[in-house]
Amino acid sequence: MILLWLIVILLVGGLLAWIAGLRRERLARWVSLLTLGADLVLVIAYWIGHPGPISSSGRWLTEVNWVWIPRFGIRLHLGWDGLSLMMVALSLLLGFLSVLGSWTQIKDRVGFFHFNILWIIAGIVGVFLALDLFLFYFFWEMMLIPMYFLIGIWGHRDRIYASFKFFIFTQASGLFMLVSILALYFIQGRSSGLYSFDYKHLINASLSPGQSFLLTMGFLAAFLVKLPAFPLHTWLPSAHTEAPTAGSVILAGLMLKTGAYGILRFVLPFFPETSHQLAPAAMILGVIGILYGAKLAFAQNDLKRLVAYTSISHMGFVLLGAFSGNALALQGVVLQMICHGVSTGALFILVGIIDERIQTRDIGQMGGLWARAPRMGAAGMLFAMASLGLPGLGNFIAEFLILLGTFKVDRLMAVLGSLGLVASTVYALWMVQRVFHGEPKSPRQMADLNPREILVLASLGLIIIWLGVYPQPVLDAARPSVAGMIARPGGAGPAPPLVQDREYPKQAVEPEAEVPRQRER
Amino acid sequence: MTSVDFGTGLTLAAILFVIGLAGVIARRNIIMILLSIEIMMNAAGLAVIVAGARWGQPDGQAVFLFILAVAAAEIAVGLALILRIHHRIKSLDSDDYTQMKG
Amino acid sequence: MLDLLWMVPALPLTGYLILALLGRRLSRSGVAAVGVGSVALSALLSVRVAFSFVSSFHQTPVYVQRLWTWLNAFDFRPSVALRLDALSLVFVLVVTIVGFLIHLYSTEFMAEDEGFRRFFAYLNLFIASMLILVLADNLLVLYLGWEGVGLCSYLLIGFWYKDPANGYAARKAFIITRVGDTALAVGIFVLYVGLGTLEIQGLVDQAAAKWLPGSSAAVAAAALLLGGAIGKSAQLPLQTWLPDAMAGPTPVSALIHAATMVTAGVYLMVRMHGIFELAPVIMIITAVIGALTLLMAGFSALSQVDIKRVLAYSTISQVGYMFLAVGVGAWSAAVFHFLTHACFKALLFLGAGVIILGLDHEHNIFKMGGLRKKVPFVFWTFLAGACSLAALPLVTAGFYSKDLILWAAWSSPGGSAWLWAAGVVGTFLTAAYTFRMVFITFFGPLKSPFQLKPGFRLKAPLLVLAFLSIVAGFLEMPESLGNLPVLSRFLGSVLPGLGGGNIGRQIWLQVFTSGVVLAGISIAYVLFRRRFDETQRFLGTPAPARIDRFFYAGWGMDTLYDRLFVRPVEWLARIDPDDFVDLIFKGIARLNAALHIILARTQTGRLNWYAMGMALGAVILLALAVWL
Repeated sequence: MILLWLIVILLVGGLLAWIAGLRRERLARWVSLLTLGADLVLVIAYWIGHPGPISSSGRWLTEVNWVWIPRFGIRLHLGWDGLSLMMVALSLLLGFLSVLGSWTQIKDRVGFFHFNILWIIAGIVGVFLALDLFLFYFFWEMMLIPMYFLIGIWGHRDRIYASFKFFIFTQASGLFMLVSILALYFIQGRSSGLYSFDYKHLINASLSPGQSFLLTMGFLAAFLVKLPAFPLHTWLPSAHTEAPTAGSVILAGLMLKTGAYGILRFVLPFFPETSHQLAPAAMILGVIGILYGAKLAFAQNDLKRLVAYTSISHMGFVLLGAFSGNALALQGVVLQMICHGVSTGALFILVGIIDERIQTRDIGQMGGLWARAPRMGAAGMLFAMASLGLPGLGNFIAEFLILLGTFKVDRLMAVLGSLGLVASTVYALWMVQRVFHGEPKSPRQMADLNPREILVLASLGLIIIWLGVYPQPVLDAARPSVAGMIARPGGAGPAPPLVQDREYPKQAVEPEAEVPRQRER
Repeated sequence: MTSVDFGTGLTLAAILFVIGLAGVIARRNIIMILLSIEIMMNAAGLAVIVAGARWGQPDGQAVFLFILAVAAAEIAVGLALILRIHHRIKSLDSDDYTQMKG
Repeated sequence: MLDLLWMVPALPLTGYLILALLGRRLSRSGVAAVGVGSVALSALLSVRVAFSFVSSFHQTPVYVQRLWTWLNAFDFRPSVALRLDALSLVFVLVVTIVGFLIHLYSTEFMAEDEGFRRFFAYLNLFIASMLILVLADNLLVLYLGWEGVGLCSYLLIGFWYKDPANGYAARKAFIITRVGDTALAVGIFVLYVGLGTLEIQGLVDQAAAKWLPGSSAAVAAAALLLGGAIGKSAQLPLQTWLPDAMAGPTPVSALIHAATMVTAGVYLMVRMHGIFELAPVIMIITAVIGALTLLMAGFSALSQVDIKRVLAYSTISQVGYMFLAVGVGAWSAAVFHFLTHACFKALLFLGAGVIILGLDHEHNIFKMGGLRKKVPFVFWTFLAGACSLAALPLVTAGFYSKDLILWAAWSSPGGSAWLWAAGVVGTFLTAAYTFRMVFITFFGPLKSPFQLKPGFRLKAPLLVLAFLSIVAGFLEMPESLGNLPVLSRFLGSVLPGLGGGNIGRQIWLQVFTSGVVLAGISIAYVLFRRRFDETQRFLGTPAPARIDRFFYAGWGMDTLYDRLFVRPVEWLARIDPDDFVDLIFKGIARLNAALHIILARTQTGRLNWYAMGMALGAVILLALAVWL
């Protein structure tokens, strides 16, 4: 039941925030903060109450499985394991901190703004929890529209262009995924006699290589655009740059992870042979993303755009590791998803703070900010170091695991990926130099971080340090999920199902019968 | 009386139809376009009558009466509209009626 | 007492945390107390631990303290563990003691600086990272310390961040060493994938068991480790960052870029000697790199004008000797030279710092002069360091350590006459450039006013280091002179030793080397003291001037790298800031717009046109219906 509550609280909270915002602006912010806080508390309480290591058979920790549209075999099936639990926790945490971090930034239609934010997060949480493919698609699209509004209404100068580009890229690729989902549904329905969108049902589909290839490409279209993978990444810089701060944090910190999650949860388990076949190409795209993203970041004069390009670079590591088929690398991928969300989210919040102060994102007009605002400088230095993968911070462990795992599988790719360590150093230090070091360009005074901003940045900083020194909880939680993702190359036919059907009586099989609600585990 | 050959009748109807269609497409004077539409309708009526004669059913002639009525109504409305437009634009050239473009 | 080992790096780390988080509330003396105190306590603790260790040495030559499991991912389970053996103990003692002296010195040196708190915070963090590096029991923890010292080096070189030139030097250092760090990271991958562990002991055992000498895995691993070492220790071809790193405050140059961080590469190679011994070709390459670097840097030092840059090139050169020793298999000789070098190089830098401070931040030696009479204390301590650097026979530590390396280059199975010759030429150059610096700086007329009365905190470290520069050599007396190899016997628990040799030959070589040293000093005296003006005039003539400029610019390597790497990368960035891939999608959008314009032409608004359209459409549909 907690799963349903998580989403419902967000949806209702969004509506309340909108209504509250009509009365008084500040009320909307507080409603939003409290909603996210409540959800966050629920998730953390659950995590503490069910400490890892989660059992190894890959069962879902908790499930909600209600009948929704029995005619088509669509159920309201939500569930989480270690991986989705952590993703949901990350979503709520970043949502909370982004609202807190951009408290004073939005001045008009505040209620509607927070409505959009909460519904985006509801969509994201839904994506991470959905175990029915139709429901998954539903939440996938639900993330889209409020984000389009967010960018288009409260964004910066080029916001219309950016929102359109974002919308078209994600919508079009999502349609490919819809076709694939429907095709999978029909194929499995025809061969097994039962038409259902359920995860466990569809994962058993036996597909010819040609079918498998086409379906994989359909799914990958959506996930690679979201990730974003070269060469489908060009929507990201505009979207991240023009979005308001909270939007950028949610985009970079969470939405990109839905793409990675999709690959881990759907592409790798559903289509192991095709994934294995596509692995070399995918890894090359990952490496190109790492290096090209870094090079582009180095070339930027707009601070926010620079940080946006670093996202492409870091997610290149995710793509590289996800398709390496190696357990260590996949552990690294999960950790990278979390660490990147934290560190890049923090950088976007920092950029937003600077933008609020000096009303510009142009690096050419910055400089010497450390002298004016040393705490800000220290925060910038910390997260720049996280970005370049300094040991002691979480990103290092994630990237190290990915490269180490990939090295076992494809040495050349791992070595090329390691060049990303040098490339990231170039842009990170360049950014620190031009923004924080040097002489201040203007005599204007700039206020240092206020307590609210310190709270947000310090929380993120502590998390990234903790993940760097003791990442074990994350690794433990992810382990069973990862074990299920490893492809079995060279075998005929699909991989055996992730989940043992013993546990679950064939409810999804009889759409006609009324199925009682699954009791919470 | 001798019945007309089915094929011949239809051919005549077709020719009349095409003449009317050509008139609609090629002519600029709006009255002439209306006239051409009339010709097309009459051609359709002829086709229907010939078909009725072919099968020996009275339905063909019944439909023709129907067509006559429709044509009359349509001419009435059309002429009224043309009068209004002419009052506005003072021209009967269909090339001048482009305000609904794009 | 040994179980307090973890406190040795923890104390400076705590110092850093206190200064970083609460430092603003402390007064200057409070900051100094925390900063110096944490390192002092760490030094005292290391001495105490050393006593415990040595007293139980014969039972337990190695002590490992496991702290916690860093991560546990399937079969990869590195733990955060510290390892104390003879090798790490030597390094720990040097780092903490020399570090303490430099911290003490800095309290007076940086007294006027507004970044006082920040300075000590970073310096403490550096000591903590360096200690983690040398005490690491597995390569992942070592890598943590390795990058940590790189970070602190970056922060401290660019300490006076208001000047972009300092930021440039800091970035240059970090990026060049990061290239080496990436090689080290890949080397770690090779080692883990090949041997299944990253623990030092495990690696040594597994490598001996699994890898044949000369096998490609061993060669690859050793080559990559060498790559990492080259970056951190500023050897060919990654040496260009060190001279520019002199932009940082002088205590930083003394601690990081002379005594400790630049020797991290040497430490890594000595620690991983088991791997290197399985790859003889890499050992040869190491020795050659060491030899070439020590010569190149030696020549460059002869042309430098900034006193700190003379010392910087000198450091590159002396680390080259350590690489040479490693390359010929003289592991303990390398460590011995590290020890003596830490003492005299730190001394030289600290002395130079006093001079710089007194001359109001003047670095140019040609604007100095006559300081011998003005600050005799500094002169005599500096002279002690200079003699040790030049390896003045018998009475200086530098002589014994350098001589041991030269002997190994001659006599060890991996050595050769060429390597020995390079070392000897290097010795000549060292003596020459060192005393060139001494004569120009301290002798002759007073060119700039000296306005500083050095206090206790500046003078005491100089005195202690001068003492050590002379006395530390007696730790390792060669066979020809008393045969007291205390250090190498101690290190013998960890490192393979060199065989003995022909004592007669040893004496001959020592005499020859001594002669070379004295020759170098004399030439320096003649050129730069006696015939100073003639020498300067000679260096002004076209051909010598060009050679002089060539050496001054580090043999043109900066320009080479600028053309080869820096400019192409900047060009790549400049030509494509908006991402050419976007052109595809922009093109699709434009195609759509063009189609729109074309199709919009069908909306003519003309009646006849629409009628024709309807007719055409009807015809087509009917045709389809009839024929399909």
